[in-house]
Amino acid sequence: MSLSGRRVRAIVRKELRDYRRNRSLVVTMAIFPLIFLIQPLIVVLRTPESSSATLGQMHLLLYMLAIPVLVPAAVAASAVAGERQQGSLEPVLTTPMRREEFLLGKALAALIPSIAIAYAVFAVFIAGAVLFAEPAVASAILKGPDILAQLLFTPLLACLSIWIGIGISTRSSDVRVAQQLSLLGCLPAVALTSLIAFDVIHATLGLALGLGAVLVLADAIGWRMVSPMFDRERLITGTR
Amino acid sequence: MTDQDEAPSPATIGGDPALSVDHLSKRFGDRIAFDDVSFHVGHGEVFGFLGPNGAGKTSIVRTLGTLIAPTSGSATVAGIPLTPRNGVEIRRRISVMPESPGLYLRLSVVENLECFADLYGVPNPRDRVDGALRAVNLADRAQDACGTLSKGLRQRVALARALLSDPVVLFLDEPTAGLDPVAAREVHELIDGLRQRGVTIFLTTHRLEEAERLCDRVAILNTTLRTIGRPDELRDRLFERTLTVRTRVALPEPGAVFGGVPAVDRWRQDGPTTYVLAVSDSAIAAPAVTRALVAAGADVLAIGESHHSLEDVYLELIDEDTEASRR
Repeated sequence: MSLSGRRVRAIVRKELRDYRRNRSLVVTMAIFPLIFLIQPLIVVLRTPESSSATLGQMHLLLYMLAIPVLVPAAVAASAVAGERQQGSLEPVLTTPMRREEFLLGKALAALIPSIAIAYAVFAVFIAGAVLFAEPAVASAILKGPDILAQLLFTPLLACLSIWIGIGISTRSSDVRVAQQLSLLGCLPAVALTSLIAFDVIHATLGLALGLGAVLVLADAIGWRMVSPMFDRERLITGTR
Repeated sequence: MTDQDEAPSPATIGGDPALSVDHLSKRFGDRIAFDDVSFHVGHGEVFGFLGPNGAGKTSIVRTLGTLIAPTSGSATVAGIPLTPRNGVEIRRRISVMPESPGLYLRLSVVENLECFADLYGVPNPRDRVDGALRAVNLADRAQDACGTLSKGLRQRVALARALLSDPVVLFLDEPTAGLDPVAAREVHELIDGLRQRGVTIFLTTHRLEEAERLCDRVAILNTTLRTIGRPDELRDRLFERTLTVRTRVALPEPGAVFGGVPAVDRWRQDGPTTYVLAVSDSAIAAPAVTRALVAAGADVLAIGESHHSLEDVYLELIDEDTEASRR
């Protein structure tokens, strides 16, 4: 089976145009990053130089890994349910497009802004810490391995979150319900990254490699699981 | 009455039909959407599918459009057998305009059409979009967001979208549902234009005057196919041709006047001065009846051929079903 890049691009382009003009989605996409940026930034800026060692034991950067989990979850949850709700799914499904092309387009459209937002917030946080925090505090939180982990885990977590969101979206006829369930489904990942960030679970190279492998596997399984869940007949008629 | 023995449409004689449906059925659990439906549609034909709400019209369109799988039976759509493996190939050759336009309301008209041009994989998408917009007279609204358009204009955008791929078969599912008369007439004119371009059109509707005006042949569906044929054929099949005669005063011996008149099969009185004559050929019967009345010295107020519309045919069949379900 060969997938058409043109059809996938058409879905991505359509979605990105739609996001830009969907105020509620823009608010949803902005609110999580702001929460996960402002709170640690305040902590860093208020921490005196004397407490930098305590802060250094944590992995505050990893706390922001919640952003690539939560932002795409909310977006992906509307991928199929949103189209169903506004009645645009049926015309799309009468085109020669394969379901895999549709899902891939939807996934990429959720992935691109999510990663861009996550990296942008990450950059703003680092810039804020370097420019405005005590130098000792800044050097305590800006660790090479944490930055690398942030860069690598962002797309892996976003993909997992997207497949959970789209999977729930294919089974739900209401966007809000889909978004709530999707966010609920992503909470274990947020809990895990937060526990690592606050050093409740000690971050090691082995743990990072293990988690990385698990996420790669989960992303691959997610794609394979979501694709058969996309049943044209059930989505159009609500039966089966 | 069940009548599925259809005569071949002119465009199917000597060639493959654009649509061929053989004993097709669809059930959703215990509920029958449509049952044992068979018909053929020739290339370039406008074929109307009539039926009350819940008759299975939309389910047939969705089945032939590969959105839902039939429970039994077979079909060939645009020359390709309807199987799960052929879904993509069939959808390449057809277009479906669902009852609800289903546009992306935050996107402009042209953005909607560009998206679908890419999904259909049409060459020169920009030219094709421009052509479709011109075909539905929407070129001046191309940059407007679809959410700002009236229902009639949205239907036109949906029709433009269906034309993008230059389909072999175009399915229109109640294209004028919910439109005001002016908007409906505009859609009728567009469909007329497509017919002149030779596009095969499968039109579902419960607007009978729409079907009578636009369709070469119609089928009446009420879960099962009740009848199929040209509108005039159906009228002749279901209703006898009659002449209605009105005189100033009652005829003293109507039997003597109407008996033996050529092409008059029988007659009955329908009111004190009105007579209904069953005729085999009104062109022969009407002048002969007029001569007989004049010869009898009757003062004739009116002689007219009774006209049965497609609506009469439809109501007759659907009433039969309603009666049968009550028994």
